[in-house]
Amino acid sequence: MTAITTNPPSRAGRAFRRLAHHPSLLIGSGIVLLMVLIAIFAPLIAPHDPYVQDISRRAVPPVWYEKGTWENILGTDQLGRDYLSRLIYGTRVSLLIGFSVVAISGLIGTTLGLLAGYFGGKVDTFVTFIVTVRLAMPVILVALAVVALFGGSMWVVITVLGLLKWDRFAVVVRSTTQQIRALDYIASARTAGASTAWILLREVLPNIAPQLIVIATIEVASAILMEAALSFLGLGVQPPLPSWGLMISEAKSYMFFSFWLIAIPGTALATLVFAINLAGDGLRDMITPERS
Amino acid sequence: MLIYILKRLGLALIVALTVSVIAFALLRASGDIATALAGEGATPESIAVIRQTYGLDRPVVVQYFAWLWDVARGDFGQSFFFRTDVAGLIFGKIGNTLILGGASLAIALALSIPLGVLAAIYSGSMIDRAVTMFSLLGQALPSFFLGLALIMIFAIRLRWFPASGTDGWRNFVLPAVTLGYYITPPFMRLVRAGMIDALNTDYVRTARAKGLPARRVVFKHALRNALVPVVGLVAVQLGLLMGGSVVVESIFALDGLGYLAYQSISYRDFPVLQAVVLLLSLAYVVLTLLSDIINAWLDPRLRAA
Repeated sequence: MTAITTNPPSRAGRAFRRLAHHPSLLIGSGIVLLMVLIAIFAPLIAPHDPYVQDISRRAVPPVWYEKGTWENILGTDQLGRDYLSRLIYGTRVSLLIGFSVVAISGLIGTTLGLLAGYFGGKVDTFVTFIVTVRLAMPVILVALAVVALFGGSMWVVITVLGLLKWDRFAVVVRSTTQQIRALDYIASARTAGASTAWILLREVLPNIAPQLIVIATIEVASAILMEAALSFLGLGVQPPLPSWGLMISEAKSYMFFSFWLIAIPGTALATLVFAINLAGDGLRDMITPERS
Repeated sequence: MLIYILKRLGLALIVALTVSVIAFALLRASGDIATALAGEGATPESIAVIRQTYGLDRPVVVQYFAWLWDVARGDFGQSFFFRTDVAGLIFGKIGNTLILGGASLAIALALSIPLGVLAAIYSGSMIDRAVTMFSLLGQALPSFFLGLALIMIFAIRLRWFPASGTDGWRNFVLPAVTLGYYITPPFMRLVRAGMIDALNTDYVRTARAKGLPARRVVFKHALRNALVPVVGLVAVQLGLLMGGSVVVESIFALDGLGYLAYQSISYRDFPVLQAVVLLLSLAYVVLTLLSDIINAWLDPRLRAA
């Protein structure tokens, strides 16, 4: 940033100016925001009911094909359900799972990382140990096994992934807290008689927030991909719920004649994950300008 | 150095034991093993016999140590579904997964090193941006979607490679490309970041000031140092690669460890799943141990940790 101003600009103004310098953040968060709006207003936007089957209109191609119609813009699936409506409702599944998983994993990982980084010593050794054990376990396999044991449903998927994917939070929060612990304002808070909980929640946590947000974006994207993979393998979200991974899985046997049944949810999935990662990348550049 | 190795070895051992407890618990949590072994329509008497022969009537802790002793000798028990011993089953499939993993890693390195170097040399330019976009896209493309798209183009339309099976090297091309592309982005980022750091160091500046040709500075001086962390990432990524092989092998019906794991979950064949989880975890523990020791050997500062 080279802008020279005599008066320090307002917080919002600064944030906006920084945003303008990071087009990837702007584009990424723009697409994500759009997807979030689509998810929230799905019932208003979707042209049809995503669950209603019409046997007489099965696997109708999208409108840009010769046999396509404006009635079903993205065509219909093998059971005659409107594909656009299922795609729109699928946004809900992906985003809900992505954000819920990160709410759980972020809470676990941040708590562990804060404790390990702040207290050090035996606490740190113990946390490092559980992180190492967790990293040694193949996430996909353990998740598949647990879903196979408890049965597939959205909440099982959210719980399993939330309980498995906290490692990155723990590692980053731990090392950032270690750096912050040594700073003067923590020492002065301690001498002022602040409780440990107060120091952790009011002094340390706000100062590691930028790093946390970056990790959270990466993890939302990763959780969305993971859910799609689980659902694709048949051990995630169960039909008739419209999960993009499940839609691809259901279309597998029809891919020879109707590849668009796979290409449409696949593209949606890639676009959402791409946008989230793009926003995360932009955020990282904004927080740590020297790395960009 | 010896103390560091011993400490690190001790940690690896404890981690491995903890993982083994989890893997053991996984099989116990899956239900009654005697009933599963007896198969459908077994009488209560035959289940009781099996319970006794396999020692399933003993306390859980005793069972765990008995199981651990068996595992240490390479005996992973019997598969519920395939009705053969698990060790033999795994031994027959592990080769295909290793070939797939090796080929994917080769593809990932062949893509990420030149692209990462290019992005670092022209850091901030259009080339750098294109490479960053490519890597973001790689992270965003689900491997099963890429796999199916490759099948559609190269197996169904062009008929260059088979869509599924494990008959020859041609069967490995599409899965290796899918898996390799999937693990390329983290390598590319690391090479790029390492190269940018290396190009800004004093020794590179000195080499430039001496008037050495740019190509020599980049490849001989900078790249060698930028590749050190890549070695560590290879170890970590090999673990991820094995996890990724579950999805990719299932799509291409490639007869390896990942496909076996997927089948074992579908058939609720938990002894096989348990063995695969345990093996993958152990592989990860051993690889990170090796990479830590190599790194400590390369950089003495790390030994203090």
